[in-house]
Amino acid sequence: MKQIKTLNTVNLKESAVKGGCGECQASCQSACKTSCTVANQKCERNGK
Amino acid sequence: MIHKYELNGYRIVTDTNSGAVHLFEELPYRMLDYLEDKVPAELPEALASALVPEYGAEAVQEAYGELRELQEQGMLFAEDDYAQFAGMMKGSPVKAMCLNIAHDCNLRCEYCFAAKGDFGRGRMLMPLEVGKKAIDFLIERSAGRHNLEVDFFGGEPLMNFEVVKQVVAYARSREKECNKNFRFTITTNGILLTDDKIDFINREMSNVVLSLDGRKEVNDRLRVRVDGTGSYDAIVPRYQKLVAQRGKDRDYYVRGTFTKYNLDFTNDVLHMADLGFDEISIEPVVSDEKLDYSIKEEDLPAVFAEYERLAKVLIQRKKEGRGFHFFHFMIDLNQGPCAIKRLRGCGCGNEYVAVTPEGDIFPCHQFVGDDRWKMGNVLDGTFDLQEKEQFAASNVYGKEDCRHCWAKFYCSGGCNANSWQYEGDILKSHRISCELEKKRLECAIMIQAALAE
Ligand code: SF4
Ligand code: SF4
Ligand code: SF4
Repeated sequence: MKQIKTLNTVNLKESAVKGGCGECQASCQSACKTSCTVANQKCERNGK
Repeated sequence: MIHKYELNGYRIVTDTNSGAVHLFEELPYRMLDYLEDKVPAELPEALASALVPEYGAEAVQEAYGELRELQEQGMLFAEDDYAQFAGMMKGSPVKAMCLNIAHDCNLRCEYCFAAKGDFGRGRMLMPLEVGKKAIDFLIERSAGRHNLEVDFFGGEPLMNFEVVKQVVAYARSREKECNKNFRFTITTNGILLTDDKIDFINREMSNVVLSLDGRKEVNDRLRVRVDGTGSYDAIVPRYQKLVAQRGKDRDYYVRGTFTKYNLDFTNDVLHMADLGFDEISIEPVVSDEKLDYSIKEEDLPAVFAEYERLAKVLIQRKKEGRGFHFFHFMIDLNQGPCAIKRLRGCGCGNEYVAVTPEGDIFPCHQFVGDDRWKMGNVLDGTFDLQEKEQFAASNVYGKEDCRHCWAKFYCSGGCNANSWQYEGDILKSHRISCELEKKRLECAIMIQAALAE
């Protein structure tokens, strides 16, 4: 493509089918304790 | 659903349901103004007559073809078909716990949400017995979950460090028989950090959160001792020592709060980076609008501009090889959490609970002290499963505002505690928090675009 560049190859829908195991960190446990962001959390199963 | 915005010279388009992120040239970007929620097979009349004279028929056809292609690949205007996963939004096992090991504090930070350490319930340290019972509760309620998280929180947890150590030992002693893996974290203000404690923390805690607001004058204005003097000089050398001795594979965060008094908080972040810390988090204060230091609606433009400034500085530092992590700008566009995790929200009151020194269970640390939300007690074994279901339902699709929000898969539905405190309803989003969250996400995504070049 010439006029559009896609930055990632993620497929959230596929991740839903295989996901939801609940083994990753609860988001508020990481650093903030005052707000919710999940996009910066790691999936426990990546790289496995 | 898509979201488009221009920032730092980039035209960014995110596709909510697929998670795809694109950089657009001007022409296709302008075309989006003429498209509702799909790219029809035929070039819309209005689009053609507006853009062909300016860009030429060939370029318009080309750009339109690219939009069509993305749509066919499911990366633009992707359908929302997550309803099929609603069954996964029901109650989950409890697998994370905030253990309020000390409802007491040796600082008197102005903005403390814990009412200067005691959550308005009287100063109290958690007895070991309660700590052990809390661990038993977690093991029992975690069903098949293997990884269990316990955060030692307060007040100031170092004021009850003997119990911290014994609770850790107790949990470890049960790991094998129960087939669990405990991950401990601790949040401290640093005043009582000694070499012994640093060793223990670095050995046992998978994450440690060190509170510091940045520059000395900023920190010492609000993070004060009982006698009113500042804490900066005492804690910074101890934090530096802890971090220097900490294994490279172990997390830590130097974490601050910004208020209306330091809307130039980029300087505080940079100050912390220059002190040698490379895992940094600074959060907007959560407080009643009536207080002097609160972030108010009218401050939003200034905060937005400051987030943009921070994002640009971060890009520059990364390119110079001296980057650092800013918690809220960290985003992995390719390998973030699965969509189920993103939909479920923070897990408060469902897979995550807080336990007080008395053994009372609350949905999370920010609900502690509000007896309306008490869920049970680890000593007498009570646990309100109905309330748990109420929180399980408080996910992205249970919240009207969130369901229609472009940021839902990044944000996951905001903070129930803020919603309750400021909107009086856990299902209603808190506007200022949402505006800040969306701005941070726009910056985070833009940083990824800049670093991809
Ligand atoms: S570990 Fe990964 S797959 Fe499992 S819930 Fe977390 S993000 Fe989803
Ligand atoms: S909490 Fe606010 S920013 Fe987050 S998904 Fe809901 S509406 Fe969007
Ligand atoms: S309700 Fe708010 S403070 Fe509590 S766990 Fe969720 S995001 Fe964190």
